[in-house]
Amino acid sequence: MSETAMTRATERKQGFMRSLDPAVLTAFGCIVLLLVLGSFYSRSFLSPEYLLQQLKVASFLGIIATGMMLVILLGQIDLSVPWTVATGAMMACAAAAYGPLGTTLAIPFGILCGIGIGLFNGVGVAYLRIPSMIVTLATNAVAQGVMVVYTGGFSPQDSATAAMRYLATGALIPGIPNVVFIWALIGAAMVFLLRRTGFGRAVYGIGNRERAAYLSGINTRRIVMTAFAASGGLSAFGGVLLAGYASKAAQSMGDAYLLPAIAAVVLGGTSILGGRGSYLGTVAGVILITLLQSILSVTQMPEAGRQIIYGVVIILMLLLYGRAPASR
Amino acid sequence: MKDWEYRLAEHRGTLTALAIFVVMFIIYTANHPAGFTANVIQTAANKGVLLAFVAMAQTMVVITAGIDLSVGMIFLLTNCLASWLVVGSPLETAFGVLVVLAVGALCGATNGAIVIYGRLQPIVATIATGAVYFGIALLLRPFPGGSVNEHLADALTGRIFAVVPASLVALAAVVLLIWVPFSRSVYGRAAYAAGSSETSAYMSGMPIRRGKLLAYTLSGLVAALGGLFLTFFTYTGDAAFASGNAYTLFSIAAVVLGGVSLFGGKGSAIGAVFGALAFRTIGDLLFVFDLDPLWQPLFQGLILLAAISLGALALFRVRNRLEWFL
Repeated sequence: MSETAMTRATERKQGFMRSLDPAVLTAFGCIVLLLVLGSFYSRSFLSPEYLLQQLKVASFLGIIATGMMLVILLGQIDLSVPWTVATGAMMACAAAAYGPLGTTLAIPFGILCGIGIGLFNGVGVAYLRIPSMIVTLATNAVAQGVMVVYTGGFSPQDSATAAMRYLATGALIPGIPNVVFIWALIGAAMVFLLRRTGFGRAVYGIGNRERAAYLSGINTRRIVMTAFAASGGLSAFGGVLLAGYASKAAQSMGDAYLLPAIAAVVLGGTSILGGRGSYLGTVAGVILITLLQSILSVTQMPEAGRQIIYGVVIILMLLLYGRAPASR
Repeated sequence: MKDWEYRLAEHRGTLTALAIFVVMFIIYTANHPAGFTANVIQTAANKGVLLAFVAMAQTMVVITAGIDLSVGMIFLLTNCLASWLVVGSPLETAFGVLVVLAVGALCGATNGAIVIYGRLQPIVATIATGAVYFGIALLLRPFPGGSVNEHLADALTGRIFAVVPASLVALAAVVLLIWVPFSRSVYGRAAYAAGSSETSAYMSGMPIRRGKLLAYTLSGLVAALGGLFLTFFTYTGDAAFASGNAYTLFSIAAVVLGGVSLFGGKGSAIGAVFGALAFRTIGDLLFVFDLDPLWQPLFQGLILLAAISLGALALFRVRNRLEWFL
C-alpha cells in the first residue's frame, strides 16, 4: 500500500470518527445499557421477536420525529404535531368513506392535509415572522377545533382502508414489518437531503445563523416554509399509519407523540437551538425512547412511576451531554 | 420622546391586553341573559383566576427568555397535594397551605436549578420535569378524590360584601405582594436583563443566576397558588394529564395575548393576567351567543390565531430586511 493511500485511509477514518458525535455514541450506549438491564429482568428482551416488535413501534415515532428534527435543525419547534397526526389519520379515514376513488386517495389525502397545516405554520414563521412556538400552538388549536367540529366530539366511525392497514401491520418480506421499511426509506431520504443537497446545507446554515444564510444568498424563507410543510406531511403520514395500525382514528391519538418526538430528537444530540445534529442521533433517540417506554411498561410499573423515571432519565441523559457552554 | 410617551410605549402590551379584555367582557356581559350582576362576575372571575395564576407563573419564566412547559403539571401536583393537606382545623389548614406553597416553590426552584446550573435548554428540561411532576401528582391521586377545608374554600371563592369576588381580590393581592416587589427588586431587574441579553447582563455584573433562580422559584409558588384555588373550586384533587397540558398551552397563549415577548426581557405579569382573563372570556362568549359547545375549540383557536397575527403587523415597520432575523 502506497504512502498516500495510507494517509487517505487514516484521514477517512478520522473523518468517520469525527462524524460520530459523542452524543450519538452515548445514546447508543444507553440503548445497549437498557437492553442489558432489561435482559436481567427477562431473557426475552434480547429475542429477535421482541427487538423487531420494538422497532415496529419505534417506526411511528421515528417518522414523526424525522419531521420534528428538520424543524428543530432550523432552530424552530413544531408544537402542532398532536393534531396534525390526528388530522392526517381522520382525514384519511374520512376519504375512505367516499367510494373506490376515496379509498385509493385516502393516504395521499391524509398526508396532503398535514402538508397544508405545515404550510400554514411555515408561512407564519417564515413570512410573517411570528415565533414558531406560537404559530404552531395556534394551528394545533385550530386543527383540533376543526376536527372536533367534524367528528362531533367523538372518535369518527370511518375505519382505515386496507392499504393503510397493510402498510402499518403487514410484512412484504416475512418477518420484517412494512412500517420499519417505510421508516428506513424516509430516514435514507432524510440523510440524503441533509448531507448531499443544497437544501440540507441551507437548513444547517439557517439553524446556525439565519441572517448569515440570508446574506449568502439563500432564500431562507422558502426553505423554512418547506421544512415546516415537510414536518406537517410527515406527522400526518405518521397519523395515517397509526390509524392503519389501530384500524381507526381517535380523538387524542397524537397527544402521546409531541413530547417523545422532541425528546427523541434532543436525546439524539440535535441542538434545540438549531444548526447541529445528525439523523443517526435521531434514530438512536427514537429507539431509546421506545425501549425506555417498553421496559417501563413490561416491568408493570404503575403509570406514576413510569412518568417519574421517564422524566428523570431524560434529565440525566441531557446532563450527560446536552449542556450548553458556560457564560463567559 | 417625552416621559409619558416612553411609559406608554413600555406598557403598550399590558394596556392592549387590558383593552381586549374590557371589550370582550363588555360583549360578554351585554349578551349574558343575567346581565352585569355580581353572580355573573363571580363565576367569570372564578374561571379566569386559575388561568391568570398559571399565566403569571409562566410570565416569570418567560421574561428570563425561558419557557416553562411544566407549569400546568406543577398546578396539578399542588392541586393533588392540597386535596390531602388543606383539611382539618384552622391550624392544620394553614400548615397545609404553607406546605403546598413550599412544594410549588421547590418545583419551580428545581426547574431553575436544572436550567441555570445544569445549563439545559428550558424547553426540554421542563418537558422532562413536567413528566416527573405529573408522575408525583398521579402517585398522590391515582383516582380523583380528596377534600378541602370548605370554610376556607367558600370564603376564597365567594364574594366580599356580597359584591366583589374574593378570588379577584386574592389575585390582586398576589400581584401586589409577589409580582410588584419582584419586578422592582434588583433580582427582578436581573431576570429582565438576563432575558434581554444574558451576555450583556453578565458583563454588567448583574446577579443573573440568582435573579433567574428567584424568577423560577416564584413561578412555581404562583403556580401552586393556582393549584390551591383549583382545589378550592373543585373540592377534589385530580391528576388529569389533559387538563395540565391544556393549562400549560393556554398559559403560553395568555402570555402572548398579554404582550409578553417570548424572546424575553419584555412584558409584565399584569398584562399576562389580563391576557388570561381575556382568553377565558373569549371561550365563554360562545355560551352567551348560544352556539354549539362543539365549536368552542375552533373558536378559541381562531381568536388565538387572529391575536398572534396582530404581532405580524410589526413587519410593516421593518426598514431593513436584516431586521427580519432579530
